[in-house]
Amino acid sequence: MRVLTHLTFLTERHLRALLRQPMYIAFTVVQPVIWLVLYGQLFQKVVELPGFHAESYISFLTPGVIITTALFSGGWNGMGTIVEIDRGVMDRFLVSPVSRVALMGSRLVSLAAISVVQSLLLIGLGLLLGARFGGGVLGILMLLASGVLLAAPFGALSNALGLVVRKQESVIGAANFLLLPMTFLSPVYMAKNLMPGWIRTATMFNPVTWSVEAAREALQPQADWSAVAIRVGCLVVFAAGAAALATRAFRAYQRSL
Amino acid sequence: MAYAIEVRDLVKTYPGKVKALDGLTLAVEPGTVFGLLGPNGAGKSTTIRVLNTLSRADSGTAVVDGVDVTQQPEEVRMRIGCVPQKSGVDPEATGRENLELQGQIHGMRGRELARRVDELLERFGLASAAQRMARTFSGGMQRKLDVALGLVHRPRVLFLDEPTTGLDPEARAAMWGDITNLAQDGITVLLTTHYLEEADKLSRKVAIIDRGRVVAEGTPEELKSELRGDAIQIELVKAAEDGEVRKVLEKLDSVGEIAVEGRALRARADHGATAVPTILASLEAAGFGVASVRVARPTLDDVYLRHAGRTFEQAEKGGAQ
Repeated sequence: MRVLTHLTFLTERHLRALLRQPMYIAFTVVQPVIWLVLYGQLFQKVVELPGFHAESYISFLTPGVIITTALFSGGWNGMGTIVEIDRGVMDRFLVSPVSRVALMGSRLVSLAAISVVQSLLLIGLGLLLGARFGGGVLGILMLLASGVLLAAPFGALSNALGLVVRKQESVIGAANFLLLPMTFLSPVYMAKNLMPGWIRTATMFNPVTWSVEAAREALQPQADWSAVAIRVGCLVVFAAGAAALATRAFRAYQRSL
Repeated sequence: MAYAIEVRDLVKTYPGKVKALDGLTLAVEPGTVFGLLGPNGAGKSTTIRVLNTLSRADSGTAVVDGVDVTQQPEEVRMRIGCVPQKSGVDPEATGRENLELQGQIHGMRGRELARRVDELLERFGLASAAQRMARTFSGGMQRKLDVALGLVHRPRVLFLDEPTTGLDPEARAAMWGDITNLAQDGITVLLTTHYLEEADKLSRKVAIIDRGRVVAEGTPEELKSELRGDAIQIELVKAAEDGEVRKVLEKLDSVGEIAVEGRALRARADHGATAVPTILASLEAAGFGVASVRVARPTLDDVYLRHAGRTFEQAEKGGAQ
């Protein structure tokens, strides 16, 4: 009960601070829009390759860009933790009876909320650009859930890194190094069966793949829900691992004080 | 008598073998301001961090308002307010929002919370700035907001870690007034400072700490009266060797505790006014030119010199951290 009320107050705090930064909001919205428009145009013709199996590239790409956006929002989330540590806000909370779960959890809840809003905007834009989703409301909900299920564990890992290294440069380095290659080692932009063998193998172990495939499958008119369930299961296990790691990082931070 | 804060034999070593606390022991009476005085790196902030549950000591016990900080940190956090050395204000929220969240964390809601927040904004002169983002506050205003944040939930014990560091003289004077008022409200205040004047002025009792230990404890008056006689401060024309000056002055019966650092010569005499002419004559005779002389009643600085074996300034320069 205390955890939930604290979670509400702290999430409110994060979202309020975010809404007060219109430039930041503009960038987080504009960036994925550019990806969707640019990649959508650039690779328009790849659907014509034999074996691509997609109705149109924009229908294929829209869930991909949504998942990529969720991945990036998560991966950069640890920057906020470092800012809070540097500002002394973290220590102020730690000497108060605030729920520790809510303290870190509120970052992830706000992240999920932002991710859902971004996804909805991109779905709207995708539809405008001609994307078609046959899975109905259920498919759309699954797409949103896939994004959240990817953003949350990457948010947890990013925060864990932030708590341990406490340097923005390190988080920037790690995010730059990992995030973009992860999207190329997944079927975000390219159909799996057109990839070179080693990349196709690599995609299987990539959470981005699980997320984007769960979303795309659910968006099919006759979705294979067991295929969706397997990928969601993988994401849940991954998220549990990330949460465990973040908890350890949090304890390490407290011990270091 | 039950103490508001009771600390026994605290030891805390940071990685890299910096011994921040080395058997620190002290006791604070409820409803008083207690000053922890020492140079940077003496262990003041570490003491506060152990008492407010942020850090854990390697050994020793600490009890705050009757609750052991290691065994029941949750319970301690309900009873204390903290004003950290570095501001803990959220710059991306308004003054009012900062205070409201702090109250909510402590379980305050609705009308009760709104009233308390209004009261604090009024008391610290922040009412007109309540709706502004805290990042637009001046240093003094931010510090006041920090103190208000520590007080929202009406804590029994308040920790003030260097509350006036970085404030201009006017804001410092205002802060001193606020701290004096706190004790009148019955709150126990543990204050750290490296301003001797601040500890002297605000605290009922002072503990002087050096290298992680309490080297002297008592009321400012008690500490000063331990020192017999007056402090004599002489500025030499040229820097001199400690040993040579000592040789000259040790012959005089009325003079003791001689110390020389560069051009500064300190000594102690039962009656400063009568000792000075003799001292000056001896120095001149031995060829040490004197630029200025000052005779002063003992200060906490002298107490520090006596117990820590070095002047406060020396310790500040050479202090770890």
